[in-house]
Amino acid sequence: MNKKVPRRQFITGACKLLAAGLAAPLGSLVVQGNRSLAASGEKSWPEIWDGKQWGFVVDTHKCIGCGRCVKACKQENKVPMDDEVYRTWVERYVETSDGVSIDSPNGGLNFPPLEEGGEKQFFAPKLCNQCEKPPCVQVCPVGATYRTGDGVILVDEKRCVGCRYCIQACPYGARFLHPETHVADKCTWCYHRVLRGMKPACVTVCPAGARKFGNLGDHNSEVAEIIETNRVRGLKPEKGTKPRVFYVGLDEVVM
Amino acid sequence: MGFVYPNEVEINWGLFIVLYPYLTGLVAGAFIVSSLYHVFGVSKLKPVSRLALISALALLLVAPLALISHLGQPLRALNLMWTPNPTSAMAGFGYIYSFYLIIVLLEIWFMYRKDLVEFAATREGWTGKLYNILTLGAKDISPAALHTDHKVVSALAIIGIPSAAFLHGYVGFIFGAIKANSWWSTPLMPVIFLLSAIVSGVALLIVVYAVTCWLRKVKIDFDCLMTMNKYLLIFLILAFVLEILEVIHMAYEAEEEWPAVKGLITQVIPFSYFVVQLGQMVMAMFLLFMATFKRIPAKIRQIMTIVSGASILTSVLAMRFNVVVGGQLISKSSSGYTRFHWPLWHEGVIPTIGFLILPFVILFVLVRVLPPWMDGGAAVSVTKRRGAFVPKPVPVRGKLSPAEPTGGELWERFVVAVGRNLSRLGLRGVWREE
Repeated sequence: MNKKVPRRQFITGACKLLAAGLAAPLGSLVVQGNRSLAASGEKSWPEIWDGKQWGFVVDTHKCIGCGRCVKACKQENKVPMDDEVYRTWVERYVETSDGVSIDSPNGGLNFPPLEEGGEKQFFAPKLCNQCEKPPCVQVCPVGATYRTGDGVILVDEKRCVGCRYCIQACPYGARFLHPETHVADKCTWCYHRVLRGMKPACVTVCPAGARKFGNLGDHNSEVAEIIETNRVRGLKPEKGTKPRVFYVGLDEVVM
Repeated sequence: MGFVYPNEVEINWGLFIVLYPYLTGLVAGAFIVSSLYHVFGVSKLKPVSRLALISALALLLVAPLALISHLGQPLRALNLMWTPNPTSAMAGFGYIYSFYLIIVLLEIWFMYRKDLVEFAATREGWTGKLYNILTLGAKDISPAALHTDHKVVSALAIIGIPSAAFLHGYVGFIFGAIKANSWWSTPLMPVIFLLSAIVSGVALLIVVYAVTCWLRKVKIDFDCLMTMNKYLLIFLILAFVLEILEVIHMAYEAEEEWPAVKGLITQVIPFSYFVVQLGQMVMAMFLLFMATFKRIPAKIRQIMTIVSGASILTSVLAMRFNVVVGGQLISKSSSGYTRFHWPLWHEGVIPTIGFLILPFVILFVLVRVLPPWMDGGAAVSVTKRRGAFVPKPVPVRGKLSPAEPTGGELWERFVVAVGRNLSRLGLRGVWREE
């Protein structure tokens, strides 16, 4: 049988056939994608992302630990109120002569009053850091979690298999398995609101102005100005994740 | 204890994820024992060479079940193969597993082809038909064809060694490459996983071989058992050294994560770490070493080896637990520890025990279809021969016979075998008429 078709001819033929077989569906996908965007008259994603790099600033001096952000977040993003899963939470640090005590009961939804005696006390709100080098995106086996062009990490809940590798990989404990959808879930900086020109729910409800959100690419934005004129730092810089949440007045004990 | 991030209250990788590396570890170890016979020519392991491979298959079939039932969306499991993310350490899982399964199935088929053809010819009714289907129509059992079978088996065993090593070392990498977890993140992890895998696989074979001999009322081949003893002891020492080295290194460097790790092993999981995992390793090393002394009666040496095997099986299971669950108990805030609540049903103790028993149910069925016994009359079923056939005890008691290969010889044989098989195998198949 090998004698009838020369090997070289057979291989080139097979390669051509394979290439054609792959090109046809891929090509149609691209065409279809462009067509659906064009037909709806909407901007394409690169146009929407153009010139935008979202960033977040937390001023720990200003946070009063009221927990409104935690509640607003749960309501806005359909995170079950009673389950111990949080897209954002607030930690309370009390330093005494005995050391530091940290707590975040119910994610800081409703802190009980402090006892007397703390020498140094403050709150540290936490949320997804939307890292520039996100380990969660790196480890997702199916590519269900990805980084958008304007710097937000999202989860495709129709693709996520619920293996929870991303939860293990996140150094900040920002991810969880959603108790109802059984897929990975996390803070998106309320991407659905951001796309409509609004601010994340937690930023909107914060009565103290401890949470700021804006475009780092625009030097006139509030967040860019704070970062350029204050001493700020991200969490766990040693992990090399390059977080995009910048903390003003962050104490060393906050991990 | 202390402070944990609010999202860390639940342990995300529970008992099923403890099971997976345990089961694949047993597979990799059992496979390597069968390869010691088929590739390295350790002829004393002949009595367990087939049993090893059949046990590997039984465990290999169950391993992914634990993983898939752990998924939040089990029906999407195959997404790992359709849309793999090239940067994910986990994405290769489906391919590596499938590749390895194919190698094992092929090796078993080529190894049993002669038996299958004979069974198909001699058995009546539906069993005959079943064997007929299993032959896949390849019924040539001429000496030339059998010779080819034999070469294919050795070639597959050669390919299988790096595959088995990769299958399990890779699982270690999935944990070892997570920088967010201080107890997991070490480049030693794949090596530690691989060595503990080999250790658990050899231990499993010791126990399975002893139990099947006891059930079949057949005398245990003492030389075979002592050979397994020797390999178990060697790999156990290596595994122990590396496991200890990792912790000593961490303690000596005493970087910022050390207090959290120290708290984990001394306060959170001290019993399962120091007693069940390390303590049993030390005990088994002692017993296995003692069992090499020829002054001790053979019966005692045999018992020492089997007890060591059984205790290593629980030690490695504890090791998997201490790594997988233990690592998650340390809060990523380094300020406290999560509590592990032993669930009963949902990913709990009862289905976990089920997954541990299932491979042996499959093994029970498999040994009836494909009898792995090498002590004569391979085709005789278990029930027929119970109490009927007792082979003579092996006369040589623990003495190293001249046939026993040294390390250098083993390596030489390996290189020669690889070269010979790779050059000769080519595309010659069993169907080729010679």
